[in-house]
Amino acid sequence: MLAASEVDLDSLPARLADRTICIGPARAADSYLKIDTIVQAALGVNADAIHPGYGFLSERAALARLCEEEGVIFIGPTSEQIEAVGDKLRAREEAAAAGVPIAPGGPVETIGEAMTLGREIGPPLLIKAVGGGGGRGMKRVDRLDDLAETMRLAAGEAGAAFGDARVYLERFVARGRHVEVQIVGDGAGHVIHLGERDCSVQRRYQKLIEETPAPGLRSDLRARIHAAGVQFAETLSYRGAGTVEFLVDSEREAFYFLEMNARIQVEHPVTEEVTGVDLVAEQIAIAEGRGLRLRQENVRREGCAIECRINAEDPARDFHPSPGMVREAAWPSGEGVRVDTHIFSGARVPPFYDSLMAKIIVHASNRPTALEKMRRAIAMTRLEGVATNLGFHAKVLADPEFERGGVDTSYLPRFLENRRLVEEARAHG
Amino acid sequence: MTLTAKDVAEIMRLLEQSSFDSLSLEIDGVKLNVQRGSTPQTRQPGPAEGAPPPAVPQTESQTVQRKATPPSEPGLAEVSSPLLGIFYRAPKPGEPPFVEVGSKVTEDTVVCIIEVMKLMNSVRAGLKGEVVEILALNGALVEYGEVLLRVRPEA
Repeated sequence: MLAASEVDLDSLPARLADRTICIGPARAADSYLKIDTIVQAALGVNADAIHPGYGFLSERAALARLCEEEGVIFIGPTSEQIEAVGDKLRAREEAAAAGVPIAPGGPVETIGEAMTLGREIGPPLLIKAVGGGGGRGMKRVDRLDDLAETMRLAAGEAGAAFGDARVYLERFVARGRHVEVQIVGDGAGHVIHLGERDCSVQRRYQKLIEETPAPGLRSDLRARIHAAGVQFAETLSYRGAGTVEFLVDSEREAFYFLEMNARIQVEHPVTEEVTGVDLVAEQIAIAEGRGLRLRQENVRREGCAIECRINAEDPARDFHPSPGMVREAAWPSGEGVRVDTHIFSGARVPPFYDSLMAKIIVHASNRPTALEKMRRAIAMTRLEGVATNLGFHAKVLADPEFERGGVDTSYLPRFLENRRLVEEARAHG
Repeated sequence: MTLTAKDVAEIMRLLEQSSFDSLSLEIDGVKLNVQRGSTPQTRQPGPAEGAPPPAVPQTESQTVQRKATPPSEPGLAEVSSPLLGIFYRAPKPGEPPFVEVGSKVTEDTVVCIIEVMKLMNSVRAGLKGEVVEILALNGALVEYGEVLLRVRPEA
């Protein structure tokens, strides 16, 4: 059974569901974000459990708590665990207590404290909102002279955006890679990992391409990152699927805890492809009380998997969202090619929500073969009626730097800037 | 602002003259869906004018308001649920219902309660007329937009 807003009643998920329950109008605040309505709908149709997906309410402790109170199974961690990782400062402290490396930094309540700590760590610095996460509520400070003013601004914005004005300071790692560990826990202290994902190809903290394994990581560093992810989740006695994110400083061969995402993630298919494990099925099994069905030694990771996120957004217009009717959709197929999508010919991309149209995932025995497969898969894809980032993906996949592997999070902004300069030069030439 | 019959006629004329097949308009909570052609539909533009993928079954899942029984007479106005919840015809168990078939209502007449997690929401008729049909069942879940009752409007 699917809970859907009015504009999603004809969506592919609604067509595939046995029953679709209309929970409200298009505006998310009046439908998908109404916790009472979601739980009332579940109770009204005698649902045993709610799967929160990976958007909207998946990391809202209040939904998990209401489910706990009403006897509906929440497929995910406990409300307590969601709270523990949702407070980014508390998560940082939990990580430190578990012996997981954290970036130099700490909480700052006054400008004076910030100045003292800022001098100690040295610029560049990040001011992060305790209630933020996923790239939201962060400000970079390059000179200590700017710290006081930026701190005032950051606290004000954090209060407005998250209802929590607390901030903390962290060292900014200029050449960092975003590497995250997929973990699964039974809620009783047993946690296993299913390897890492490299999600360094990002634009404004929005991931665009993800892959596993992370290219070019030394195997001892990789093993230490896996162990740190497991260690962190174990201290929480984490239940269900989750991701522990790290910033890997490739120059120093060091890594720091970033945050934990207490949900299944958009990019989980790359892990599924190399391990053969259906992560959503594991989530449901754990929620049913069947515990961990896998042992660490039975998790095998074979080959390389890459995912491209296909969005309805226009790279020519600064990636502006491009909702509308998809006149024609043709998806790639073949061995080792997987497409997770809600788009078919005639489907609509509503203007109200995220612009993600599809995830194209390829799996091959090694990275060069996987890359080649992805290039062909992108070339085979046809989407008419809305602007998409397909062509942009093709350009990144053809870029020698990306092809070499192991880029850091500064790669994509640089790639875009270089292209802009090339195009400008061409226009003048 | 509200839409008058004249406004609607004007909107239909504009659609007729345009190259579009359908028009959806929403002003202050009033929704209007106008479609060209002979297949009348309620609120939603139908499952895509283009062909749906062959592998996708057309289930009977499509929301309740589309399954609502056809009106017993033409010209009836629908009172639909402003939110998802449990439908109650009376203020408390054992008390007489807010309205029965044949009851006269005005814009402000409370016709039912919708409960969302123990929070009771009164639903008003929104127009003047006589209750002709009561479709929702007492104590049952109603979805957002589901037709609760039909009213013969009074001029």
